[in-house]
Amino acid sequence: MSTAVPASSSPMVWQRFTLAEKLARFSIYFAIVFAVAWSVHSVEVIVEFIWDAHVQIADMGRRMWPVAWGFYGKGVHTALIETLNIAAVSTLLGVMMGVPVGFLAARNATPYPFVNYCAKFILVSTRSINTLLWALFFVAVFGPGALAGTLAIAFHSIGFIGKLFSEAVEDTHKGSLEALTAAGASKLALIQYGYWPQVKPTFWAIALFRWDINVRESAVLGLVGAGGIGMALDTAINLFQWDRVALILATIFAVVIVAEIVVTEVRKRII
Amino acid sequence: MSAATSSVMPAHIKPFQASPLARFGWLVLFAYLLWAMSSLDFNWARFVFGIDNGAKFISRMFPPNFERWDLLVKGLTESLQMAFIASFLGVIISLPLGLLGARNMMPAVITWPVRVIVIACRSFHPVIVAIICVKAVGFGALAGIIALTVASVGFVGKLFTEAIEEISMKQIEAVRATGASFMNVVIFGVVPQVMFRFIGFSAYETDANLRNSTMVGIVGAGGIGGTLFAAFQRFDYDFVLAIVLSIIGLIMIGELMQIWVKKVFRQ
Amino acid sequence: MSTSLLIKNLSKAYVAGKPVLRDISLTFEGSDITAIIGPSGTGKSTLIRCINRLVEPSAGEIVFEGRDMVKLSGGELRAARSRIGMVFQEYNLVERLSVMENLLTGCLGKTSAWRAFWRSFDAADIQRAWETLEIVGLTGFANARADSLSGGQRQRVGISRAVMQHPSLLLADEPTSSLDPKTSVEIMELLARVAAAKNIPVIINMHDVDLARRFAKRIVGMADGHVVYDGAPEGLTDDVLKTIYGGQGWLQ
Repeated sequence: MSTAVPASSSPMVWQRFTLAEKLARFSIYFAIVFAVAWSVHSVEVIVEFIWDAHVQIADMGRRMWPVAWGFYGKGVHTALIETLNIAAVSTLLGVMMGVPVGFLAARNATPYPFVNYCAKFILVSTRSINTLLWALFFVAVFGPGALAGTLAIAFHSIGFIGKLFSEAVEDTHKGSLEALTAAGASKLALIQYGYWPQVKPTFWAIALFRWDINVRESAVLGLVGAGGIGMALDTAINLFQWDRVALILATIFAVVIVAEIVVTEVRKRII
Repeated sequence: MSAATSSVMPAHIKPFQASPLARFGWLVLFAYLLWAMSSLDFNWARFVFGIDNGAKFISRMFPPNFERWDLLVKGLTESLQMAFIASFLGVIISLPLGLLGARNMMPAVITWPVRVIVIACRSFHPVIVAIICVKAVGFGALAGIIALTVASVGFVGKLFTEAIEEISMKQIEAVRATGASFMNVVIFGVVPQVMFRFIGFSAYETDANLRNSTMVGIVGAGGIGGTLFAAFQRFDYDFVLAIVLSIIGLIMIGELMQIWVKKVFRQ
Repeated sequence: MSTSLLIKNLSKAYVAGKPVLRDISLTFEGSDITAIIGPSGTGKSTLIRCINRLVEPSAGEIVFEGRDMVKLSGGELRAARSRIGMVFQEYNLVERLSVMENLLTGCLGKTSAWRAFWRSFDAADIQRAWETLEIVGLTGFANARADSLSGGQRQRVGISRAVMQHPSLLLADEPTSSLDPKTSVEIMELLARVAAAKNIPVIINMHDVDLARRFAKRIVGMADGHVVYDGAPEGLTDDVLKTIYGGQGWLQ
């Protein structure tokens, strides 16, 4: 058994990272610490309000109790149904618009860089403009109500659905696509039998994931007049009817829990 | 649903036949969507009117007006600050919470309460949380920071837990066999397996907070959302476009940085 | 010859009423290689894992270095584990860490969490790690990521990790089952060398009877949770093998 020990008598050291790697990692840590420190230092926060917070919250809690359960049938139920409908339809629209754009943004499916960049730009922009902003726009254009809200969420969803979908498309294996092309399949057939079976589970995961988020989004649209339960919430807040606010919050919480359960069950069966 | 029990494929079996349950599911979904759309009162006339209105709208937005850039920069800076602090706090809090919620590392008596906390943080839209925070700590960035931190914990905490639950327990077994303490098992067994994904999640969450910080401003919780809302209400649509373009630009820069950070930590 | 490991009346049932290990008693003395053979599902893996309590025994005693492993907990259990090195069938390296870090995992039993985080290990340990790498022939691979190595190389890292613990006992759970025949022999030779150099007993689970005959001084044959043979490789006749494995077609 050879036990050749290195000739030098000084202990050998071991470095986990090269100098270049260390510098890069350190500069990122430094940047993060600097960014946070700068933010804490220069953000305008009235510190006195923090000490007061618990008093305010206690006060709010007192006003919320007892919860105005009776108000449900009158003011909340229809709004809730409208909210759920907005969530469903806007997810549908978002999928219908986002999937093609996502496909165009995938480098393997659409080998034209210019088209890729345009599609990616659309995805980034729609995502950057958050739902409430889209809602403001559509309310100004189409007037207040569910139409504005549905379009707002739909357009905002394009970015998410498209991005996740294009990543799924870029992850597909070339093997089955090559075989289909060799057999003489048209582009359309390629999509249907080559790409689609591979991205199907991810597609459903994305759609479910987005629906789950959209249920939450549609609840707040009403704050800017775009329909749904948010309008009842906005009214209650403005009128300082905290017991009704509590009811609406509880309703939203219940709906979110139910949506989570639905999503988990569907995922188990389909994906 | 009856299953064919013979071992030879009967002649009448059609390939690619969807199961009756799947077909039923599709039908239900389709019917529901139709009903939902009709109940939302989509009126074709309204839609056409809206398009015309929209065109007028868009023409008023161009060209984007950067005159009040000082206001713009102030708002964006505040949004950035809120996003940084909220992401930092959110990730710091989610690291232990994510570990405590992982069912393969902790007993149920610990994972359950932790998971409930994380779900609670996630249940409410950041804007709703912001409204409550504004009531608690007043208008301004503080409310926004708290709201965004809560939202971050809800999102990132769940992702951290899921990532930890997906690791290979074989590697953990080996580290445990050397007599390592629990923390050492975490440092040498868990962290290397999840570190890269964690960095991705953290980067994504910072990006998300930047986007969300533009939103909580609408209810008075600080950031460029407030500036934007005010401009909207004053019909300064060209200023609105300027703000929107700046936000998009900022987010694109964020995306590029994300890619770079991931590359450095690729190990 | 001192008793290295004493197993008394060990039983284990994962599901109540279906014991995998039935009342096993074995004594390990001195520093030889013992091979445990038997069909799949007969409890070989369970037996090995009970020794360092990766699996909890249902009943029985396991006396190692004068203490009953079954009764230990917390810091004492970890201390005992750090004296038992283990080599796994699927290497069980931390894939994303480098070879050197995987070796140093062997020192984690005595390293605090803070130092582990900063990878600040004793210079003496690092020196030992370099020497171990030299012995197993992986000198240039110190900073390579574990998942970039071949199967045989990974197992050598696994063995090095176990050696770094300064163990008094070496356990190996089917260390060559995932390797090709040539590499299997190399790994067994390495295990034999390490055992001889460190003068420690080695207990190896394996299903390759020829390899067992070639390298082990003592063979323990298990069937259906019992020990049905315990002796020298020479005594492993075809009849004995039939008792252990059942069936005839596989014997030549």
